[in-house]
Formats: sequence, structure tokens, C-alpha cells
Amino acid sequence: MDIANAFALLSNFVLVPAIAYGAQLALGALGVTIIFGILRFANFAHGEMMSFGAMAAILATWGLQAAGIGIDPLPTALLALPVGILAAVAMALLTDRFVFRFYRRKRSNPIVFAIVSVGVMFVMAGLIRIIIGPDDQSFADGARFLFTVRDFREATGLEQGIGVKQTQLITVVVALVVVAALFWFLQKTRWGKAMRAYSDDEDLALLSGINPEKIVMIAWVISAALAAIAGTLYGLDKTYKPFIFLQILLPIFAATILGGIGQPVGAVLGGFIVAFSEVTVTYAFKRFLAYLGPDGWAPEGLVQLLSTDYKFAVSFVILVAVLLVRPTGIIRGKVI
Amino acid sequence: MKRLLPFLCAAVMSTTAAQAQDTVKIGMLQGFTGPTESLVKPMALGGEMAIQEVSDSGIFLGGKKVVSVRGDSTCVDAAAATAAANRLITSEGVNGIVGATCSGATTAVLNNVARPNGMVMISPSATSPALSTIEDDGLFFRTAPSDARQGQIIGEILVAKGIKTAALTYTNNDYGKGLADSIQSAFEGKGGKITAVAAHEDGKADYSAEVATLAAAGGDILIVAGYLDQGGKGMIQAALDTGAFDRFVLPDGMVGEALTDNFGASLDGSIGTNPGTDSPGAAQLAKLAEGKGFKGDDPYVPEAYDASAILLLAMQAANSTDPAKYKGMIEKVANAPGEKIYPGELAKALKILADGGDIDYVGGTALELIAPGESAGSFRETTVEGGKWKTVAYH
Repeated sequence: MDIANAFALLSNFVLVPAIAYGAQLALGALGVTIIFGILRFANFAHGEMMSFGAMAAILATWGLQAAGIGIDPLPTALLALPVGILAAVAMALLTDRFVFRFYRRKRSNPIVFAIVSVGVMFVMAGLIRIIIGPDDQSFADGARFLFTVRDFREATGLEQGIGVKQTQLITVVVALVVVAALFWFLQKTRWGKAMRAYSDDEDLALLSGINPEKIVMIAWVISAALAAIAGTLYGLDKTYKPFIFLQILLPIFAATILGGIGQPVGAVLGGFIVAFSEVTVTYAFKRFLAYLGPDGWAPEGLVQLLSTDYKFAVSFVILVAVLLVRPTGIIRGKVI
Repeated sequence: MKRLLPFLCAAVMSTTAAQAQDTVKIGMLQGFTGPTESLVKPMALGGEMAIQEVSDSGIFLGGKKVVSVRGDSTCVDAAAATAAANRLITSEGVNGIVGATCSGATTAVLNNVARPNGMVMISPSATSPALSTIEDDGLFFRTAPSDARQGQIIGEILVAKGIKTAALTYTNNDYGKGLADSIQSAFEGKGGKITAVAAHEDGKADYSAEVATLAAAGGDILIVAGYLDQGGKGMIQAALDTGAFDRFVLPDGMVGEALTDNFGASLDGSIGTNPGTDSPGAAQLAKLAEGKGFKGDDPYVPEAYDASAILLLAMQAANSTDPAKYKGMIEKVANAPGEKIYPGELAKALKILADGGDIDYVGGTALELIAPGESAGSFRETTVEGGKWKTVAYH
């Protein structure tokens, strides 16, 4: 029995990465859920919006790095984040003005909006590849680790160590701040209340004199800002590559639906549940069990539920299971 | 066209008739069309440069001339390759074949044409491990190493360094899988243990889950059979971040400055292997090819030059153009003992052989033939020290 080592091992490979990943998914899912709450369609372009915001932040980071401006030991990308947010917001407002507003005026079906958003996704993906190219881009600088596995081992004398990357901490802290600010906005401010009212009952909200175009604009601004933050943090923590933002759309949608569509609290909850499911289901518990079991004993196999190749299948399974068993999600949300 | 045909026929007949009995023909059976067409152009010229060199020496089998006859083996069309080889043997009457280019075409030609006709063929570029075990009646050779060879070399290096256990990850394609299989069987055959094998997909953002699996299984070192600008890099990043592994074995797809530029000294102690030779032959061949319309260091060009050279040198050693007689001499001229022969020294080699001496053909690839008649391949072992690649040894 060696509980301390078992805990350290599990933290290093499951808890820490899953918390950071969960925070990234939660930010993404919040953006999707807000658009769904107000405009009532699943925005497939959200992944590319993340990518677009991150791309703008990267370009700004490079500019700052070239100019020698930095906030060492924090990554320069944090300084460049406002540029990414502005770019994403501008992009969102432009697409809304030239694409989505047309269909809104025609009062098109939500499914038409969803398909239009797929088109927007492809256009945006092409634009991103023209501007920054399809390759990996590295833009992280500053201190890489808060503390490394080796530091931890030396400090505690344990066999197993926990390493925490600076970007993981930044991800979690930024996500906390952003989510708190968002909830404050939705609960306490006039426009936040108006948005919730509009989301609850559109006609009633219109009767009370709420300007729908303004609500829609605010929804896009919030969603795009969240997307830019989520994309930049994801790129900072892992790597920025345009292609992965197509892949990340699936876990984000799974998180949104699991939490309850249109429910901000649900989106955060869903993000963490999906992240923890993906990581734990594909984690091999062999060593963890070996520490908990009697001395000198270790399980024969790797004790892994699913091979890591099937990581994305976990989101699919969650998506299908939720739609079958509880289509409203954990917190009663809208049904697609 | 109808009126032209007799003229064409006559033209062809007259050229073949013009060649006298004291001309030896070598079939240059390469994939001139299809997926390998860009590779093959310089390869064929390289092979023909050796043929020309022997022909010009004036001492080949008592002064015979040598000419190359081209045949198109394609790369993917086994029927076309078989037909081309048949033509070379039955209607052109070649005395040996340099080819084919791709492993599939080579297998087809060997089974359908070379073995039934007892014809020697030396491929410069077929690297499939399956060709190591094929029935060949001693007729098939290759101057390129089998893909399995690097796995054996990595196994040997690991055992020599006293590493007992290793985890293995490979990029999920034919190259990665084949290399991983050969590393695993070589290492385990020498008493090592592969604790876990996990494939990784290229083009993902995050490889911490794959690394976590390998870390759970443990191992002294992580073997990464991938690409340095793709998933291989991501695997190393995740392994370093989580402290799961701090030393790596890096096969050819992972050896490059980009990797050390990115990770620096944190890779220290890692082992790299990639094809490479310290033999001066490659540079000499590149010089020889200058002004001949191709580059001597293009892929498989040295192998093609060497294939033609050892084919002709074996004929000289056996003093015969009969495949049944000279096939046994190929390994003899390619390997020690004897005078070392570099590119451009074929006339010297022919003279030594004519006088009854021994040669050890080195050529452009530092050629060493091992059983069953294939190149041992030359690999460079490197290690990372202070964030830089450092050559340790050649294998």
C-alpha cells in the first residue's frame, strides 16, 4: 500500500491534465451554449472561431516577441489575448451581419442555421489556412513549468511526481475568472437579464421592449470572446494547429448537450465530465493499482478500459447516451 | 502508321543485328513509369554509368562491350513488370538484370521470370522485409537494406547499452508499424523486453493519454518510431512534460536538427539511428556523376550504381556471363577479403579479378552483402549531448 505515490501518479496523469482540458472544453461549450440560448441553433463554426481568435493572438504574440515586449515569466500570449478577442468578435459580427442576419430576417428553421454555420466553418477554416497555413505553430514562451515532476519528487521524496505546467494553471485561472465574470454579467446586469429573458421566451421579451438585434450582438460578442480565449489557451497548453479545431468540436458539443443546451452552468459541468471521462477511460491503471495493492504485486495487463486510439469515441458515446437517456441534459436545457 | 511500321521494324532489326556477339547486355528493369518515375530517372543513369565504365575499360571478359537494355517494370503493375522482364530475357537475351524498383514488381519478376529462366537480378531499391525470406534459388540480391535492418540495429544498440526494458510507440502507418515490429522482434530476440506498444496518430494536439499508457507499463527508455515534425514530437513533448520518460530511441524519421532545436538538452542521452555512412564512396560517386545529367547522391542512385557494378564484377570473377556460374561470385566480389573498390575504380577491379586477385567492393553505399544476398545497410548511431546530435558509431 502506498497511497501517496498512487495519488501522485493519478494526479500527474489524470487529474491535472483533465482539469486543464476540462476548463478548455468548458470555455468552448459556454460559447456554443450561449449562441444556442439566444439564436437557437448549433453553431458548427465555433471550433473555427476558436482557431481564428487563437490565430490572431498568435500573430500578435509574434509581433510582441519581435518588439521585445513580454511579461516574463508569463507567456506573451496573455498580453496578445485582447487582440485575439477583438479579431474573433469582429469576425463574428461580420458573419452575423452578412450571413446569419439574412436567415434571421427570413425566419429560417434552426436546421437551416446549423447548415449555414457549417458553411461558415469551411470558409473560416480556409481563411485561417490562407493566413497562417496548416502547420503547427509554436508561440508559447515564458516559464514552462510551475514545478516539474523532478522538483516534486525531490521536495517530497516520493517515487512518483506531479508536474504542473504553467499553461495548465493559467488555463484554469483564466477559465475561472471568465466564467465568474460571465455569470455575474448574466445574473446582475441589465443586459444579462435581458439576454436570459430573451432566451426564456422570445415573444415576451420583445413585448417588454428588449431590442433583439442588440441581444444577438451581445451574444455574438460573448461567444466570440469565449472562443478566442478557449482557442488561445488550448493552443498555449497543447499546440496550435488549424486541423485540431475540427476535432475538438465533438467533445465541445458533447459537453454542451450533456450539461443541458442553453445552460451556462451545464456547459461548465459538461466540459469537466467529458474531459474526465476521456482521460480516465483511456488511462492504464496498472501502476496505480500496483501502488494500492500488496507490495510486489502488479496487475498483469495494463488495466485500460479503452485504447487511447478511441479517445474521441468517448465523446460520441456520451453524446448518444445523453440524447437517448436524458435529452434535456443534466440541467434541464432545451431539446434540439 | 502502317507505312511507317516496316521501316520501324527494319530499324529495330538493324540496330540489334549491328551488335556483335562480343557484346554483353544488362537489363535495366526499372519503374520508368508510375509512382517511381521521378526516382528512377537518375537511378537508371547511375546504373548505366557503371555499365559504361566497365564497357570503356576494355578489359571486361577479354575486351567485351557492355550495353544496357531498358525495360519498364512500373511500380504497381506486376503483369507489366513480368512482361517487360520476359522481353528482356527472351528477345533481348540479357545476361543479368538490374531491377526491379519496387518490392511488389520485384517479387513478381523474381517468381514469374527470373527463377524459371535462371536469371540473376539485383534490385537497387526493393526494401520490403518479405524479400529476405523469398525462395530465390540464389538468384536475387539487393543493394538496399531491408526495412527490418534498422530494427535489428536498434535492438543491438539497446542490448549493448545494457537497456533491459523499453516502451514503444509508432506512427500509425505501414512505415511505423513495420519498423516497430522489427524493433520489437529484434530487441526481444536478444533478451530485452518491450513493456507496451502504443500507436499514435499524427496531427493531434495532445499526446498525454498515449504517454500515460506507456508510462503505466514503464520501461527504461521510450522508442519513438514516428516523425519529428508530427506525432513523434508530440509524444516526446508529453513524455517530458509528465516526466514519464527522459530518454528516447529515435529512428530515422525522428533524426533531425528540428528536434534538438525544439527540445534542446532535455533530450540528452537519447539515441538516434539513421541511414548514413562514413565511407568516402558516396562523395566520390557524386563527383563522378557531375556533368552527366543526374546527381550521384539522389535517393537510390548509389545503390543502382553498385548493383550494376557488382553484377559485372561477378561476371568478370567467374569469367562467364552465365548466371548459373556467376551468381555465386556476387557476394564474393562485394565482401572482404580483397582490395577495396570505390566508385570510378571499376577498371582497376576488373584488372585485379582478371589477374586472379580478390576485391572487396565498397562502392557508393559502403556495400556489404549479408545473407540472403542483401545489403547490410549502413546506419549512423548518434546520441544527443548538450542538445546536439553527436555521431557515435557506424553500423
